[in-house]
Amino acid sequence: MALPNKPQGERKAVRDPEVEEREVDVLIVGGGMAACGAAFEVKKWLGDDQSVLLVDKAAMERSGAVAQGLSAINTYLGDNTPDDYVRMVRNDLMGIVREDLIFDLGTHVDDSVHLFEEWGLPVWKKTEEGKNMDGKKGLKLGTLKSGAQPVRTGKWQIMINGESYKRIVSEAAKMAIGEENMMERVFIVELLLDKNKENQVAGAVGFSVRENKVFIIKAKTMMVACGGAVNIYQPRSVGEGKGRAWYPVWNAGSTYTMCMKVGAELSMMENRFTPARFKDGYGPVGAWFLLFKAKALNGLGEVYITSDAAKNELEKYAPYGTAAITPTCLRNHLMLFEMKEGRGPVQMDTVTALAELGKTMDKKELKHLESEAWEDFLDMTCGQANLWCATNTEPEKKTSEIMPTEPYLLGSHSGCCGLWTSGPDYDWIPDAYKIKADNGKVYNRMTTVNGLFTSGDGVGCSGHKFSSGSHAEGRIAAKQMVRYAKDHADYKPELPMSKEEIVDMVYKPVRVFLDNYEYTTDIDVNPAYIKPSGMALRLMKATNEYGAGHQTYYETTSKMLEIVMDQLRVMREDCEKLAAGDLHELMRAWEIYHRIWTVESHLRHIQFRKETRYPGFYYQADYPKQDDENWFCFTNSKYDPKTGEWDTFKRDYVQIIPD
Amino acid sequence: MPSYVITEKCDGCKGGEKTACEYICPNDLMVLEPNTMKAYNQEPDQCWECFSCVKICPSQAIEVRGYSDFVPLGSSVYPMLGTEDIMWTCKFRNGTIKRFKFPVRTTPEGSANAYTDLKGKDLESEMLSTEEAEGYQIPKPQATV
Ligand SMILES: Cc1cc2nc3c(=O)[nH]c(=O)nc-3n(C[C@H](O)[C@H](O)[C@H](O)COP(=O)(O)OP(=O)(O)OC[C@H]3O[C@@H](n4cnc5c(N)ncnc54)[C@H](O)[C@@H]3O)c2cc1C
Ligand code: SF4
Ligand code: SF4
Repeated sequence: MALPNKPQGERKAVRDPEVEEREVDVLIVGGGMAACGAAFEVKKWLGDDQSVLLVDKAAMERSGAVAQGLSAINTYLGDNTPDDYVRMVRNDLMGIVREDLIFDLGTHVDDSVHLFEEWGLPVWKKTEEGKNMDGKKGLKLGTLKSGAQPVRTGKWQIMINGESYKRIVSEAAKMAIGEENMMERVFIVELLLDKNKENQVAGAVGFSVRENKVFIIKAKTMMVACGGAVNIYQPRSVGEGKGRAWYPVWNAGSTYTMCMKVGAELSMMENRFTPARFKDGYGPVGAWFLLFKAKALNGLGEVYITSDAAKNELEKYAPYGTAAITPTCLRNHLMLFEMKEGRGPVQMDTVTALAELGKTMDKKELKHLESEAWEDFLDMTCGQANLWCATNTEPEKKTSEIMPTEPYLLGSHSGCCGLWTSGPDYDWIPDAYKIKADNGKVYNRMTTVNGLFTSGDGVGCSGHKFSSGSHAEGRIAAKQMVRYAKDHADYKPELPMSKEEIVDMVYKPVRVFLDNYEYTTDIDVNPAYIKPSGMALRLMKATNEYGAGHQTYYETTSKMLEIVMDQLRVMREDCEKLAAGDLHELMRAWEIYHRIWTVESHLRHIQFRKETRYPGFYYQADYPKQDDENWFCFTNSKYDPKTGEWDTFKRDYVQIIPD
Repeated sequence: MPSYVITEKCDGCKGGEKTACEYICPNDLMVLEPNTMKAYNQEPDQCWECFSCVKICPSQAIEVRGYSDFVPLGSSVYPMLGTEDIMWTCKFRNGTIKRFKFPVRTTPEGSANAYTDLKGKDLESEMLSTEEAEGYQIPKPQATV
């Protein structure tokens, strides 16, 4: 990483930063889709005597996964039922999901989508003749809420002109919460438990990446929604191209690490997302498959997914493999199967798809079709468009290779790792899914730590929420946080550490740097410390080689896991010697720390679950099959902040919605 | 595909308190060099090519060149973001040029209705504020196991 890890970085770090202390009732950590939902909702419920604060490490206008925009809203129920939504998610995630959380989300998500459209997000519409209208022209047909038909690419997705998606959603969020109640460019590093009350969250600490200042924020309750984790595995490109991960490079697993470190229970952390995307540029394939009906070909030019060999493979993973819609991981599995059998590389046949569609179109319509194809990239993966330009790829003339990426951890896309939380307190939900707070009440989306909530990528066992669902879930959590704060009006958070101890902790990498950097002539090479850039490479090498990265075709073994777990333990020790010369590097230091803890929990879960639940995402070679008899359950883990020990255990899966 | 700043075009946002590119980059990459008062990307290999800085720069001083790992030279993709539409110019290595225009927003900037006057009533229900205001009925499962 060509980081200018030098004291000459533009925002030098000093040994003794200023300290700003705050106290609020409700704290929102993060500024992405979920946090924007929370920001929109929170004041509608907040009492006049209650306060709220939101902190984001970046600028909300373009922070999180939706920074460059999106070309679809992947979850909009419309005429579908929440019951069917549960069935779809359950099958895609190989049977083990929290149906209460998914059903609940399905009942609220459309309200957020309707708001987006009202705020100005252009949503494509279908005319009575079945033609697609873009979001501006389509306005004539009315809004979704008034009954106009969206352009569906599948049963659940709708097309949008989403370049400014995040700008629009954050505009409403900022207005609703009030700019005086938010801080940007504040990176939260740790949560703190209450000094006196067992298992109660009391505050969060972090620092500004713009000035030398540490923030100590006390809160009765908080939501941590800092997205998922990327750059925990070696990306396929290792030079400048490291930044071209599918998942946005700025989400560092802060959600999982910060919550786990105060003892919140994690669930299904073995689940990962390893999407198949256009090779190198990582452009989306969804619209190509679903909207343009393109087919993937193997190296021999065959449509391999309908071959007998593929059917055979899928039957091994019945009933998921044989379901009407093949789960995402198994689609990857088939692709990897072709590649391993010597029938790679896999190509997206854009040429035939566009030619087929073109048959019934006039010139103008063809032009529109071409622009739809390009918009899919330009709205959310601009770099892929440039790759096409640089390689003279016109999709109507030349096919493009597709390839699975490196693994990411997330809970809102086609993945389901995250925190174990309550769902709503309905009578049809089993008690085992309800976490009782200290007062015996159930708070929707609260983790196992009192007062600590999460949403979006943070909530485990319930993927396929996507942008809209994450927003709705943030709103659900916001209301519950207000309720929690009201029910705990007398609670006065007290932190277990002194101000000095907190500053020592947050600024440790700066002090390590300042104490040692003059010893050598090279700012980056020093026996007394390690720079975050070096640690990042160490982490990615270890996980890629031993933790089922792309290097081994996503395969690991029990022995390899033992090795990588040991490497991770040593990395955690060496994190004591992370060094940061400027504020940007201080953020990198904490990010890598968050990544190490997150990926360790991921591998701990893979190690515990002695089967291969998600073929195509990862393989445990010693346990290559699914083992429903022993492993049709949630696998959860808990780190004990007092003893520093991990506990990994099973929790029963309860089916709620019939097949 | 890291962003880069064209020396001649960047005016440091006229020496303003914060520069547009620094303000926007989700990964804290853009910084201002105080002597020349010009911006640069301090960590090109952590650039997600999200184009946020390109779209916001008032001087059109920022562009993106493909990652040296795998992108041949000679192409460019450039956006002009307006209040209603975005115009993209895509230049191929072989000189082909394609232009696309897409809507970005159907309402004036700053006009999103944040429902600031809306106050929820029943804190004990599972209803979101706008749902409650509209008398929404939360569905139950059609059947349970
Ligand atoms: C490439 C890609 C394509 C996608 N395509 C679609 C699509 O077409 N349709 C769709 O509906 N969904 C899509 N999604 C999914 C959607 O973007 C996510 O579901 C959604 O953004 C998750 O919301 P979130 O709030 O959990 O995380 P994010 O939106 O990622 O927000 C995370 C927030 O946390 C902040 N943060 C991180 N760490 C810290 C910290 N330590 N301290 C303070 N703040 C912090 C970040 O700045 C950011 O504001 C896509 C996702 C990706 C990655
Ligand atoms: S936004 Fe443009 S003009 Fe302003 S500092 Fe950045 S590059 Fe220079
Ligand atoms: S393209 Fe995006 S990630 Fe890269 S410097 Fe610009 S704003 Fe930052």
